[in-house]
Amino acid sequence: MTSSLLFNITTFTYLISMLAFFAFLASQNKSLGLAGSFTAYAGLAVQTVAIGLRWKESYDLGVGHAPMSNLYESIVFFSWTIVLLFAYIDIRYKYRIVGAFVVPFALLGMAWAQLGMSTGIEPLVPALQSNWLLYHVITCFLGYAAFAVACGISIMYLIKTAVEATDSSAQAGGLMSMFPPLKVLDDLNYRAIMIGFPLLTLGIITGAAWANYAWGTYWSWDPKETWSLIVWFVYAAFLHARITKGWVGKRAAWLSVIGFAATIFCYLGVNLFLSGLHSYGGGK
Amino acid sequence: MHVVLQLTLYSSLEIPLATTERNFINSVWDFFCSLKLTLSLLISLALTSIIGTVLPQGALPPEYVAQISQSKLQIYSKLGFFDMYHSWWFITLLYVFSINLVSCSIKRLPHVFKFISEPTLVLGEGLRNSFPLKKELLFSGSIEKGKERLVEFLSKEFSTPVVTEHNGDYHLFAQKTAWCRLGVYVVHLSILVIFIGAIIGSLVGYKGFVSIVEGTSVNVFQKHNGQQMPLGFELLCEKFNVEFYANGAPKEFRSTLTVLENGKPVPGYSQVKVIVNEPLTYKGITFYQSNYGQASNSSNYLFSVRQRENGKTEQIALRPDTQTDLPDGRTATIVDLTDNPGEGMVAVVGVKEKGGEPRYFKVFKNNPTLDEMRGDKLIFAFIGTDAKMYTGLQVANDPGVWVVWLGCTLMVIGIGVAFFMSHKRVWVVVSKGQAHIYGNANKNQAAFQMQFEDISEKFQHLKI
Repeated sequence: MTSSLLFNITTFTYLISMLAFFAFLASQNKSLGLAGSFTAYAGLAVQTVAIGLRWKESYDLGVGHAPMSNLYESIVFFSWTIVLLFAYIDIRYKYRIVGAFVVPFALLGMAWAQLGMSTGIEPLVPALQSNWLLYHVITCFLGYAAFAVACGISIMYLIKTAVEATDSSAQAGGLMSMFPPLKVLDDLNYRAIMIGFPLLTLGIITGAAWANYAWGTYWSWDPKETWSLIVWFVYAAFLHARITKGWVGKRAAWLSVIGFAATIFCYLGVNLFLSGLHSYGGGK
Repeated sequence: MHVVLQLTLYSSLEIPLATTERNFINSVWDFFCSLKLTLSLLISLALTSIIGTVLPQGALPPEYVAQISQSKLQIYSKLGFFDMYHSWWFITLLYVFSINLVSCSIKRLPHVFKFISEPTLVLGEGLRNSFPLKKELLFSGSIEKGKERLVEFLSKEFSTPVVTEHNGDYHLFAQKTAWCRLGVYVVHLSILVIFIGAIIGSLVGYKGFVSIVEGTSVNVFQKHNGQQMPLGFELLCEKFNVEFYANGAPKEFRSTLTVLENGKPVPGYSQVKVIVNEPLTYKGITFYQSNYGQASNSSNYLFSVRQRENGKTEQIALRPDTQTDLPDGRTATIVDLTDNPGEGMVAVVGVKEKGGEPRYFKVFKNNPTLDEMRGDKLIFAFIGTDAKMYTGLQVANDPGVWVVWLGCTLMVIGIGVAFFMSHKRVWVVVSKGQAHIYGNANKNQAAFQMQFEDISEKFQHLKI
């Protein structure tokens, strides 16, 4: 049993989960929703074991380190945190349908990682040999995952408002009745960002602390740093607009989508298109 | 600002001067307090920050200068785009942002303090109807007894209430974590503290760079602006090593450093290992492993040369541009040296007969027996060079960094309070024969609702 095999199983399981959720959307058959959730949980369990196993395998290779050191490993971890947050929403708030809009993000990540990237375990370059790696990556990625969930929920919100605007009968029954009420979606979006924003803040601070420790400068306007600050500004604007100017509903949903687009650019765009201190995370 | 000015000028046509001035000050104040300004600043900072991630910053690479048109280059550098995070307009944005933060906080803080120190003790009819969380209790005892019993109840289940008599009714007010309304202002303050830390760093601190050749010491370093600055002590580089993983990736860059005062090693600062992520700090100055290279002085390349016939081996030092005699009468020189990760050091050696053409071959340091396969009378093994390495160290002294960390800590605490705690309030209005309980939280209503339901459930089953 290797971690690589388990990651393939994980990807496949998320695919099944997503298809079950889509079937759930189309048929409104509750047992399909249950199947979607359970396959997602099974995938999460397998992926957890796989990440642990990869960690152990790195020690067997004599280059032991937490599996968060390159783009492949970070994408895998990102997918894991997304499904983890979905599980939280499913269990805590009982809105299973959110899975149809969140699990695809996790599947997309896993599929890209498994098919498009080199999966080998690599030794840590000197810059990454620090405990800060763990704190920094975990806080950042939990934050990113929360924003991904918020984005998925916002997309649901935008679809629901669009459908209800054109077809008033949709309110009574049909596909849209499966979606949580608009008010709930709006609230969930806000809650997800309330989780993501503090984590992103911690991620930026741990990054600054590490940079200061390793290079003697806590902030050097490196593209990654700058983009994380841009994301921070966008969500800070979201929170201020919401709390003090009552920006809820459609406008909040759009801001959340824009925020996640900036997040994705911060995460992937910077590594793939710009150069800087995080270039070891570049695609292979 | 333009709009504000115009409005004020226009109104000055009809209003006396003193009022105009006051109006002007008020408009400026309102401008800096406005949330529209906050949002515009956040969005402007986000959008303009993108420029510096797309255009090169600092010293421009020649390739970039070659591919961009001259007019663009001029416009961009006029606008400060090549050092945009230090350009006047970006710094101005940050200052306006700070003023906005301070003004908003000054404007709102008194209200918040008032809210905390002078809570609504008496719940009017209007407010009572606005709360979704309420429950009713009917009781047969006297109103006095009801009041006492309910004060006791609230103290036990929630927190000690303040009792106010109003129109013959008793209003009991209890609250929890009222101070958490200040959380958001702690976050605002933390941003200012971080800015102050950054300003201290840029005014008092310094950053620079020093390279030290193995076996030598320095007592000055070069600041980023090119100035030489004395360290106040000597720093000796004893040794520099690079290690690679089997796949060729670098594993460790290690400088062995010793601090010297008056030429003598300082106890505890002798033979210190400095690697990336493990800097050395002495007298407030920190040295960070940054880069390395080969010091460019002429050097000897050492080979062990074995005669195939009799196995006699001797060590020979070759030098570039110099012919060195070999045991069999030929001469040799070194013409090239490469050092690639994974391959290791490779020397290209040229051997020639007197008056003949040289024959070139490679000698791999990592594979000492390979040269046997060449079949020559002499078998070369490359021992290494006596070339000295130099280590490149970042030098930093930033007294503002602790202020920055203080700001970061405040920010984490402030966000924790502002995001995850709420000001919870409970009122009980006791009238003759009946009492009503009302609850409200400024955030996270869902969590408070569960707590309130728990309390009001017990409330309804009280026997008075």
